[in-house]
Amino acid sequence: MAPTVGLPRALLYYKYHAAWDAFFNHLGVETVTSENTSKKVLNIGLKASDSEICLPVKVFYGHALDLGEKCDYVFIPRIVQVEKGSFTCPKFLGLPDMIRAVDNPPEIISPTIDVRNGRHAIRDAALEVGRMFTDDEAKIVKAYKLAMKALRKHEKDLVKENIEKTPIEKLKSLIGGNEGNKEPVLRIGIAGHAYNIEDPYISLNLIQRLKDRGIEVVTPENVPMKKIKKAAKDAPKDLFWNYERDILGASYHWVKNKVVDGIIYVVAFPCGPDSTIQVFVEGYAKKEGPVPLMSIVIDEHSAEAGLVTRLEAFVDLLTESKLSAQGV
Amino acid sequence: MAKPSERVITIPRMGTLQLMLEDMFARLDVKYIMPPPSTAKTLEVGVRHSPEFSCLPLKVTLGNFIEAIEAGADTCLMAGGCGPCRFGYYAQVQKEITKDLGYDVDWIVLEPPKKGFISFLRTFKKMAPHRSIRYIWRQVLISFEKARHYDSIEKRLLHNRAYELEVGASEKAYTEAIDILRPAVSKEEIAELAEVALKHMDESVAMDKTKDVLKVGIVGEFFMLLEPVVNFDIEKWLGERGVMVDRAVYTTDWIAPSLANQVGGLSKEEVSKYADKYLSHTVGGDGQQTIAHTVLYVEEGFDGIVHLMPFTCMPETIAKSILPKVSKDLDIPLLTLVVDEQTGKAGFITRLEAMLDMMWARRAAKAGHDDWIPAGAGTH
Repeated sequence: MAPTVGLPRALLYYKYHAAWDAFFNHLGVETVTSENTSKKVLNIGLKASDSEICLPVKVFYGHALDLGEKCDYVFIPRIVQVEKGSFTCPKFLGLPDMIRAVDNPPEIISPTIDVRNGRHAIRDAALEVGRMFTDDEAKIVKAYKLAMKALRKHEKDLVKENIEKTPIEKLKSLIGGNEGNKEPVLRIGIAGHAYNIEDPYISLNLIQRLKDRGIEVVTPENVPMKKIKKAAKDAPKDLFWNYERDILGASYHWVKNKVVDGIIYVVAFPCGPDSTIQVFVEGYAKKEGPVPLMSIVIDEHSAEAGLVTRLEAFVDLLTESKLSAQGV
Repeated sequence: MAKPSERVITIPRMGTLQLMLEDMFARLDVKYIMPPPSTAKTLEVGVRHSPEFSCLPLKVTLGNFIEAIEAGADTCLMAGGCGPCRFGYYAQVQKEITKDLGYDVDWIVLEPPKKGFISFLRTFKKMAPHRSIRYIWRQVLISFEKARHYDSIEKRLLHNRAYELEVGASEKAYTEAIDILRPAVSKEEIAELAEVALKHMDESVAMDKTKDVLKVGIVGEFFMLLEPVVNFDIEKWLGERGVMVDRAVYTTDWIAPSLANQVGGLSKEEVSKYADKYLSHTVGGDGQQTIAHTVLYVEEGFDGIVHLMPFTCMPETIAKSILPKVSKDLDIPLLTLVVDEQTGKAGFITRLEAMLDMMWARRAAKAGHDDWIPAGAGTH
């Protein structure tokens, strides 16, 4: 039987799954993506991981160990730098070693992705993985190219080029019951990591909850990279974390260009990078906006009721302030 | 804000870092105020204004800065960094917070030389604008050399304390030894007085070197290791109970981890040599070092490891996830102590006492004794 490779649906899967799928697919390697995060997955993770690690890493343990039972290998790349000079989170640097340190660890494939290793660093990493399954190097290189193409397409598809002005019409109808009105009247930027906000279990379905209320939601991945980089220049110091640079840059962009009516900053407890850039984003939203900003901290004990209450209050506040600004 | 030439600089408190900077500031003719010793109030002030789950070092040092500013400092000197540990942003975060609180102070951020050696030098020039860069750099190097000796003296204290016959005698000798070295100015004087000071550590204290002692290595995040206020001075506690303590990092090791002649630290190659089996990549901060030192202490025949880290510390949390495997594989008692503003000393002591008992028991078991309580345990 051909070997199977497990892809944990957690952490950087949310950023790079298009590339991983395309790569293994072309090599003819069967992949198994773990199920959506659930109580069962979380519990596996909680049992195996250190109590002090952040929620998404605990969830990752759950996905990886669950897959370990079902696949020959689990794919856990060590993603160090995807852009020269800026790191990912320290946890991504140690992730394969952390999973290897559990009792009865799964067999792990962990190429190192570090662009400082030369111009072809990522291709070389792809070759290293590909050789496990085939001797045909040309085929691996082809798979690598297809993977990069798929990734770029995926990223491009997420970008929404023309979000500039916030919609202001029909705002009134939001207060007097919004039935029948499908037009979103408020736009909220969700600042946070894709692996938190796109995972409905971790984020307690935050995005869908807002959409259900007729609110348009934008995330950092919707913001063109050019705008992110430009806005991030306003940071008090160049950010040496890539993904946090994106969150900060997107938030700064939203604030500076008045693109959103409010920002919800989703932080997983106890995220180190977020605890730091949160200070910069909150300060910026206050001084350059002001744009209302609410921080939500999530962990494995987060409850729906608390979130719903805070969301309602925040949405009410945004509606009120927008109406009074319009003189309604 | 002060004119550059009239600056009154302050720094956070961190163990013997103060000794080095006092020496350096004196050489460069820089006015400074050291923050008052860290107390519960320092921590309270720091905690109140810090992001909730930033780590303890940020909170304590913010408290230091605020107290020093209140005492008259107008320029804060803080170290920088280039990741991936968040320490690299602490200066900016603290600047933001103090600005928000209405303090009008200058910030000088000393970024590591690998971010650009020229700008590294220029930062010193900012502190001492009236001196040439050449002069400044020469003095900084001499100051650093002196600090290496301060560290060696401290290391001697950690080793000797276990053997002292009278409680507190080594500590007293340590204070005297520091005073012996302090007036040294030239390189020659430093070398000469450092030798006298070390000799003083060994000869002025009555010790029983035949005493059976436990050996404990302390590993973890540098600030927790270097600042006795935040680790409840567990080195002293252990030493007074007949434990020879060794520490993974001393002040100068932290300042220049890439150089040779480290007092306790390891070179990059050594870290990789000892840690790679368990953690084969740097994770920022001291995460990989923690693993490396643990492995090395086991090789050197230590009886146990104490791992100190601030709550939410990213690199050390990674190390903490991996250390149980190291401990199991190498069969070594290991205690991780996580510190935040809620941590009390009593909880630490209880766990350390249990660990001491266990280490003595293992010693006895290895020697084939049933009776695991040795004559010297628990007494002094």
